[in-house]
Amino acid sequence: MKANVIVFPGSNCDRDVAVALEQTTGTPPAMVWHGETSVPDCDLIVLPGGFSYGDYLRSGAMAAHVPVMRDVVKRARAGTPVLGICNGFQILIEAGLLPGALMRNASLRFICRDVHLRIERNDTAFARCYDRNSPIRVPIAHHDGNYFASEDVLDELEDRQRVAFRYCSNDGTVIDAANPNGSQRNIAGIYNETFTVLGLMPHPERLIDPALGGEDGVAMFRSLVETLH
Amino acid sequence: MKATVKITLKNGVLDPQGKAIAHALEALGFSGIGEVRQGKLIEIDLGETDRGKAEKAVEDMCRRLLANTVIENYDIELVDQ
Repeated sequence: MKANVIVFPGSNCDRDVAVALEQTTGTPPAMVWHGETSVPDCDLIVLPGGFSYGDYLRSGAMAAHVPVMRDVVKRARAGTPVLGICNGFQILIEAGLLPGALMRNASLRFICRDVHLRIERNDTAFARCYDRNSPIRVPIAHHDGNYFASEDVLDELEDRQRVAFRYCSNDGTVIDAANPNGSQRNIAGIYNETFTVLGLMPHPERLIDPALGGEDGVAMFRSLVETLH
Repeated sequence: MKATVKITLKNGVLDPQGKAIAHALEALGFSGIGEVRQGKLIEIDLGETDRGKAEKAVEDMCRRLLANTVIENYDIELVDQ
């Protein structure tokens, strides 16, 4: 699997995701600087976490319009899988590849802690190695992760089963108390119409080794490798 | 020409920052504080002298970058300089 990680000024999880990809695929991904006008041919594009452009205007708003993103959007629309983690999710939304908005956390606080996620479906390129019946534990670290969309958009996401992950309790129950940031319907991640673009606020790349406190993030990268080879 | 763009949250979109400001004002002893909503103000100097063209350009700027129309409304004011 050939992966490209797009690096923006202010990205800070680009190296983490590169390590996760290299550990699962055996090949280091290409790191593509935001000023490039195109990305090399690849099987996967990753938009990493961080604070691109200092979160100026709105998180992800500046990064969504840099030169390299025109090619990312073009490739995503042509079917190249794209994974956006945290700031990457915010960028995917601002670039119009995913619907909705990510607003300031309801508590107004930056939240950095582990959360549990319910796997809504495990028949996609990103989640096939997960078990739908066992919730996973991964960290979140964000200030703007409060997912918002109009009721129509939310209903459409539900009807088409495009919700990827929901915040849940450690036994997998989706309840308000397990919602860290006020996201509507406990949404932590969503897919595009073709399930080739995934955006999520939690950081699977931060839990890929027992030395880091857990391995629940590994299955996402293994899923990608098994699907995309 | 100068454009002033006022960006506000749409009705129905929760504004936790506005709420925090309201609480802080009450804590300072201000009474009668109702709902507080926080927004953004962006000023842009434009080379364009034609009002119609300037308005169209700023409208485009708002839709493509300045506002997120999922959650925000925008209001444009143009002033000759």
